[in-house]
Amino acid sequence: MNAPVNSPTSFLATSRRGFLTGAASLGFAFTLGDLVGVAQAQAAETSGTAIGYWVTINADGGIQIAMPAAEMGQGSSTALAMVFAEELDADWPKVSTLDIATRADIYGNPAFGGALITVGSKSIQGYWDKVRLQAASVRRLLMQAAAAQWSVPLAELTTEPSVVVHAASGRRLTYSEIAAFAVVPAELPAVQKSDLKPMSAYRIIGKPLARRDIPLKVDGSAQFGMDVQIPGMVYGTILRSPSEGASPKKVDEASVAAIPGIIKIVPMKDAVGIVAETIEAAFAARGVLQVEWSAVDFDRYASEPALVQFVERAKNLSEAGLPFVKTGDSDAAFAKAGKTVTAEYTTDYLYHAQMEPINITASVNAQGDGAEIWMGTQSQSAIIGAAAAILKTKPEKITLHPHFLGGGFGRRSSPDMVPYALGMSKAVQRPVKVIWTREQDVKAAKMRPMTAHRLEAAVDEQGNVTGWRHRIVAESVVAYSAPARLEQAKGLDPLTLEGAKINYEIPNQAISYLREIRGAPLSAWRGIGAGHNKFAIEGFADEVATALNVDPVAFRLQLCKSNPRATKVIKTVADMAGWGSARPAGRAVGFAFGEIVNTWTAAVVEISLDRETGEIRAHRAWVALDPGIAVNPDSIVAQTEGNVVFGLSQVLKERVTISSGNVDQTNLFDYRVARMSDTPEIHVTIIPTDNPPTGMGEAALPLIGPAVANAMHALTGKRFRDMPLIPQRVKDGLKENGSV
Amino acid sequence: MTTVDFKINGKSVSVSAEPDTPLLWVIREHLKLTGTKYGCGAGMCGACTVHIDGRSARSCRAQLQDMAGKSVTTIEGLSATSDHPLQKAWIAEQTPQCGYCQSGQIMQAADLLQRNPHPTRDEIVRHMDGNICRCGTYPRIVRAIERAVKEG
Repeated sequence: MNAPVNSPTSFLATSRRGFLTGAASLGFAFTLGDLVGVAQAQAAETSGTAIGYWVTINADGGIQIAMPAAEMGQGSSTALAMVFAEELDADWPKVSTLDIATRADIYGNPAFGGALITVGSKSIQGYWDKVRLQAASVRRLLMQAAAAQWSVPLAELTTEPSVVVHAASGRRLTYSEIAAFAVVPAELPAVQKSDLKPMSAYRIIGKPLARRDIPLKVDGSAQFGMDVQIPGMVYGTILRSPSEGASPKKVDEASVAAIPGIIKIVPMKDAVGIVAETIEAAFAARGVLQVEWSAVDFDRYASEPALVQFVERAKNLSEAGLPFVKTGDSDAAFAKAGKTVTAEYTTDYLYHAQMEPINITASVNAQGDGAEIWMGTQSQSAIIGAAAAILKTKPEKITLHPHFLGGGFGRRSSPDMVPYALGMSKAVQRPVKVIWTREQDVKAAKMRPMTAHRLEAAVDEQGNVTGWRHRIVAESVVAYSAPARLEQAKGLDPLTLEGAKINYEIPNQAISYLREIRGAPLSAWRGIGAGHNKFAIEGFADEVATALNVDPVAFRLQLCKSNPRATKVIKTVADMAGWGSARPAGRAVGFAFGEIVNTWTAAVVEISLDRETGEIRAHRAWVALDPGIAVNPDSIVAQTEGNVVFGLSQVLKERVTISSGNVDQTNLFDYRVARMSDTPEIHVTIIPTDNPPTGMGEAALPLIGPAVANAMHALTGKRFRDMPLIPQRVKDGLKENGSV
Repeated sequence: MTTVDFKINGKSVSVSAEPDTPLLWVIREHLKLTGTKYGCGAGMCGACTVHIDGRSARSCRAQLQDMAGKSVTTIEGLSATSDHPLQKAWIAEQTPQCGYCQSGQIMQAADLLQRNPHPTRDEIVRHMDGNICRCGTYPRIVRAIERAVKEG
C-alpha cells in the first residue's frame, strides 16, 4: 500500500518493451473470471435483510450497499463500495451496489451540507468518514448478534470476510446466517472514528480492483438516461433561445406543418418545446421551426472584445478588487523589491462536450402536482428540488430514477433541463423523453468562465521571491448557477476562485477578484477554477524562474521547502520525465505543479511544434500525485490518463466564442476535442500516503495547460499566455517573436 | 412513411418510418436496441458506429430507405455472450469510463480486426481516429485492441 504504483502506459510508444512494462505486468488486468461473483451478486434479488439504510444482506452471501454518488466514469460507485466493504469486512466478490440513492436526508454528502451531488471530486472525500462509520456500525451489530447467540463476550469476536469468528471455540457464523436471526434495532450501534480499521489492516482499499460498471459498458447493456423506454412515452426536443434569457415572442407553427407526427409545439420561458411521435420528427421540426425571440441585453455581448476589456481591467491597478488572499504586506514587499516580474494571462470560454447530449424523460401526473423523472444527473438533490419548485409541490412527490451519465464534467450538475421536460409532459399529459440535439447542447453551453489575470512577483536583492500579486477578472459561476452561494461567500465565488491560492512559501501575497457581470451562462467544468487559475499561476511561476535564471523545477522545490508531500511529487515527476536531460531534436518539456482538489500533483509534458501550421503535438506526459490513501489505484491511473487527454484538448483546441449573444460554435466539427491521434504516451505514478483520500477526478487536468505553455517557451523562447494555444495564436506569437 | 425490410443482428425486421429516418433512431427508438448511441448526428464522433453488411458505418448518417436487404450488426449482436475478444480485452484493460462512446469504439475496432488481424499501432490510431472518447480512454482502447490481437 505504501509503495508507489507505477503505470507507464506507454501509449503510442513504438517500443514493444514499453507496452509490456505497462499496467498488465503490475497485475492491473482483469478477466471475466474476476467478475463472476459480481454477476451472481447482481442477479440476486434484493430480498435479503436490510440492516439500517445502507446495506442488505442476502441468504446467498450477497451483500448490497447503497450508492449515493452518480457514476459518470470516475469510478466512485466501485470505490465507495470498496470503502464500505472494507469497514464491514465483507467478502468483496459478493458485494454489489443498490440503485443510486435519491434520499438526501439519509445519503447526502457531508461535504455539501448533506446534498446528493457528485461534483468537485468530493465523493470519496466527502463520504470517507460517513460510509466507514455506517459500515463499522453494521459490522458491530452483526458481532453483537453473534455474541448473544453464542453467549460470549463481544471482545472475543473477530471478523474474516463476511464471517464472524469466535477463535476460542472455533465457532463461525457467516453474515448471511446472522442476518437471518439478528434483531435490527431502529438505531444501529454507535461507533467512533477510533473504532475504524487502521490502514495497515486494509484488505480491499488500496488494491486495483475491477470496476463494477465496466462489464455493462462493453455490450451495450449499461442504461444511460438516453436509453430510457417508458410505456406510452412520446419524444421531445427544444429550440432554446439563441441568446441567453430571450423568450419566444412569436412561434410559427405552420413552419413545421409538413412534418408528420408532430403532437404539440409548447412555447416556454426561454425555449420552444416540440413534442412528436418520434424523435426523428421532433429533430426535423427543430431544424425548420420559425421563432421570433424577444430582444435582450445579452444580444449585444461579444466575447472577444469583452476579453480585451477584462485584460484592461486586470491591468488597471486603481481598482483594488475583492481581497481573496492577503498575507503579510505585499505593498511593502514590492516597494522594497530589487526586481519585479509582471504578466497578463487569459483563458477562453469552454464547453463540456460530454458525449451524451442532455436528455431527460419526465412524466407529470394528471393533477400536475407530482412527477417521475428518468435521467443521468450529477445532483439528485438539484433535480428533485427544481422539479418540486416548478410543480409547486413537495419533494416527496418527485420520483427520480438515476441512470449512468454519458459524461458529467460539471455539465450535469445543473437542473436546467428540468423545466422543459416537465412543461412538455404537462402539455401532452404523457411521459416525454426529451433529447437535445448536439447542436442545441453546444448552443446552450454552460461554460467555464472566460478569465483575465494580471500577475506580479517581487524579488529581493538575494533573489528570494518576497511578494505575489494576482488579480483575477471573470464572471462568477455561482452567481449564475446558485446566487445564494455568492452572497454566503461575500462575493468571493468559490468556483471561479478555486485553485487561485498558491502553494508556494511566499510571505507577502495579495490575490484579488474583480467580478464581471456579463450574463453568460456558466457552470463548473472539469478542474473547476483551477483550470484557468493554474494556467496563469504556473505559467507565471515559470516566467519568474526564467527571470531569476533558476531551473523551473528547482525554483518550485525552493518555494515548497517545508512541504514534504509537494516536494515528493515534484521530485518524482522530475525523475520520471528525466528532467534536465537531453530531449530528441525539436522537442522540449514544460513543468507545472499544484494542490488541486486536495491532491498534490505535478506534471511534465513533452511537445514538438510544426512551425508552419502552428500545431503543437504532445509526445509524452508524466504525472505524479499523492492521493492520500489510494482507494482503487487502477481507477486513479485511469482518471489521470483521462485528465491528461482532457487537459491537452483544453490547451490545444477548445474554445467557445460568442457573437451578438450567440455561441458561434455548432457541433463537434467546430468545437474540436482531443482524438486518439492527439494522445501522448502517458506515465502515472501514484504516491500513496497515510492521509485521508483526496480528489481524483480532476487533479492533473489543470496542470496540462501550463505545462504545455511552459514547454513552448522552452522550445521557442516565446511565452504563450492565452489559452487555448490554437495554431493561429501560435503562428502570430512566433511572428511577433521573430522566431519564424 | 415507408416500410423497409432488413436484418439486424441476424434477425429479419420490418420497420415503418419516414424514408430519411436516420438508421440510428431506427435502431435505438424503433427497435429499442439502445447500445448504439447518439453523440453528434453529424458523423463527427463515432458513438453511433454499427456494421452494415460487415463494414463499420455511422448509423446517424445512414437512412432507413437505404437499408432494404442489408444486414446490420449492433453492439448487442457482436457476440452472443459478451465474450468477443475485444469485449474481453476491454474488461481486462478496464477501458470504459463513462462508457457512452464505447459501443461505437468496440464496433469500430471489430471492423479493423476483421480486415486487418494484426494492425500496427499507427494503423490502429488511423482507424480509430474518428471515434471520440471525451473521458480520454484512448490509451486503454489501444491497449485493449492490442490485447485482443494477442489473445484472440
